[in-house]
Amino acid sequence: MTTYNMDELEEWDAKIEKLVGDVGLNCYTQHFEICSYEDMLCYEAYLGIPSHYPHWSFGKAYERQKSFYQYNFVGLPYELVINSDPCIAYLMQDNTLLTQILTMAHVYAHNDFFKNNRLFKRDTRANMAVDMFKTHANRIREYIQDPSIGPEKVERILDAAHGLKFQMSRYGEAKEPDKKQRAEEVTKAIPERLQGDLLGFLAERGNLIEWERDLINIVRQETMYFIPQLETKIMNEGWASYWHYQLLNQLNLPQGLHLEFLKRHNLVVCPHPGKINPYFVGFKIFEYLAKQPGGRDQIMAIRAEDRDQSFIRRYLNQELCETLQLFSYGIQGDDIVITEVSNEDGWKTIRDHFADSVGLGGIPMIQPSVVDKGTLVLEHICDDRELELKYAQETIKYVADLWGGKVDLRTQVNKDVKIISCSEAKLVTVHS
Amino acid sequence: MAIFKDRDTSHSDRSAWDRKRHRHLVEESIKKNLGDIIAEESIIGQSKDKKIKIPIRGIKEYQFIYGKNAGGTGTGVGGEKKGQVVGKANTQQGMGAGQAGNDPGEDVYETEITVEELTDYLFEDLQLPHMERKKFAQLELEYKFKRSGFQHKGIQPRLNKKRTMIEKLKRQQMIKRDQEDTNADQVHERIPFHRDDLRYSRIKEDIRKHSNAIIICIMDTSGSMDQTKKYLARSFYFLLYQFVRWKYEHVEVAFIAHTTVAHEVNEDDFFHRGEAGGTYISSGYAKALEIIEQRYNPAVWNIYIFHCSDGDNWSEDNSKAVALVEELCTVSNLFGYGEINTATMYGSSMRKEYDKYLSLDNFVMVNMNSKADIWPAFKKLLAKESTPRGNS
Repeated sequence: MTTYNMDELEEWDAKIEKLVGDVGLNCYTQHFEICSYEDMLCYEAYLGIPSHYPHWSFGKAYERQKSFYQYNFVGLPYELVINSDPCIAYLMQDNTLLTQILTMAHVYAHNDFFKNNRLFKRDTRANMAVDMFKTHANRIREYIQDPSIGPEKVERILDAAHGLKFQMSRYGEAKEPDKKQRAEEVTKAIPERLQGDLLGFLAERGNLIEWERDLINIVRQETMYFIPQLETKIMNEGWASYWHYQLLNQLNLPQGLHLEFLKRHNLVVCPHPGKINPYFVGFKIFEYLAKQPGGRDQIMAIRAEDRDQSFIRRYLNQELCETLQLFSYGIQGDDIVITEVSNEDGWKTIRDHFADSVGLGGIPMIQPSVVDKGTLVLEHICDDRELELKYAQETIKYVADLWGGKVDLRTQVNKDVKIISCSEAKLVTVHS
Repeated sequence: MAIFKDRDTSHSDRSAWDRKRHRHLVEESIKKNLGDIIAEESIIGQSKDKKIKIPIRGIKEYQFIYGKNAGGTGTGVGGEKKGQVVGKANTQQGMGAGQAGNDPGEDVYETEITVEELTDYLFEDLQLPHMERKKFAQLELEYKFKRSGFQHKGIQPRLNKKRTMIEKLKRQQMIKRDQEDTNADQVHERIPFHRDDLRYSRIKEDIRKHSNAIIICIMDTSGSMDQTKKYLARSFYFLLYQFVRWKYEHVEVAFIAHTTVAHEVNEDDFFHRGEAGGTYISSGYAKALEIIEQRYNPAVWNIYIFHCSDGDNWSEDNSKAVALVEELCTVSNLFGYGEINTATMYGSSMRKEYDKYLSLDNFVMVNMNSKADIWPAFKKLLAKESTPRGNS
């Protein structure tokens, strides 16, 4: 039973779309698909791409999401939107009419963000996105069905590639080397081009066969597609929340719907104590910036140019820090202890700490350093943060899987250099 | 204008394959952990319906992530102070900045299964041998009667009324048709039952052949077998008992404790009573032979003998023990010898003796030094049981 019919949705959409144009948002053609909650669970598990290639991790994501939903730990998202041209968004059919209206407005702003933000323009091709996922899925299914390969072997490589997927270039795809460059690189154990790209390095130099390299490249290309979303989570949600709020205020909603809108909006952008709610933080910053000199033009420029890290570093000021009541915390023994609060002395530390922890900044950088008698030596680019050793000891096995030999990883624990070694037999040791 | 598409109801269950694969991996991981679980004291000696909790670890998707020392940023509710403790690092309720979709929290959840399910899990994947059926395996016959078809003659209680009625109707129809064909004037108003209509159920004896097994547990209870060693032995016997019970319908267990002399004891004494003194391993074996002779005819019983010892025997007894093992092997399906060395290695261990003098198909030796060795040792034992043997 729904509280609306399709005609109503289309009427509201026409009004929203008109406003979207009036305020200067620049969108791809928008497609909306109404889906059931089961479909939504599924789309969520497959990162919004139902045609995605198969892997058990998506089955896990589905089960996990489903049980969370059943036990009421989390609600389902009202929508899911894909960075594609045309831009596809799923709306859950059980939403109320107001939720659908709010969600549509929200989706248009995401759509605008996908189309105009620098990272998306540089690293993703929206018009090819859906086809890319389909092609990848077809190739992987072919490998699975190939009697000389089969599902287990495919899974082994995908497991490893998934484990290392964020260990790739953080600055977009490097230029394909030309013949001359390739010839020069032959003599080098680790070409300069691949120094910040462990997964790319393994795909080229690992002891792999052709279809295995292909699998890794598929995972790389998909990660490349998703990294802009990871890098702009706060901005993207902030932008969408800022605009749904503006647009719905201009829609002349009937009073009942207007009250529901305010309630719903406040739920979306409420702070999560002790955590960072990207909707809340992003909304507050954009709302603040829109009121500054420069106004709408400035926020349009910011949404085009920045990523979360630069967004926070540039625009989070003391006033915002205090409004958001941000604090930094650290672990002391078993306790989580506040290390800085937002005041004159603390806010800059908080800002920097925060900026460095968002997006890829929250993921350690592991780079190939040298190859020593067949052993691949990796370097953890250290700051004050240490690796989770249990995870590192398991993940290094994936590197060994793809490299096809011994792997060492240099890192720091309590400021001492430690080496995590993985032998060919996948025995992992930690030593100084 | 945006394009709207209503719900597509024709879709298939997209995630079915991946869910199935994930569940399979989870089950694998349970099985892998079972080795540890089975060695937990709380399980041993429980009845088969007792529910036990076992932890299941979700299949982790490992990546390089930051550890706890990374700290983070959070939004407060106002009035936070520097140095204020806002949570515990090791609980789920701990705080954490949105960390790039990585959740280093343990996904451990528990499931409840019965000991019986546990053993099913344990054994189903092991390649099991065809049970060696003893010639007179049906020592305990279970007679049941099963209906099987119909017959014309029989005793009154087995009259099958339904079938009889059908036979009568058949005859009735035949008569009617016959009358129509011949246009006979004579019409039978009533067609009574005829003796030929009567049908009786035929009864077949349903004999279920029971297979019987006896496990003879022999343990060295001399001074050198301390509680830890006995505990290992006990875990092992538990597994063996579960396994044999899983395979055979009727299983008996006999316990023999020995020092320099052997006694048949009850379970409790077997595991808990310690005795001081030296060791004649052969005494335990002789007792086992005696029990087999008196109560368990090898022609009828599948006999499993298992002996746990720390390998410390008085050397004058060694050759006698070896001879008796040979004798026991001829009457039993399997003779297992488990040597438990928790700390020190004894100079003269029985293991070496057996290694030197015995090469019997159904004799197997395993070594257990810690809890972790129990499951591998047991699997080794089963591997032996599973290999086809020539002498049976």
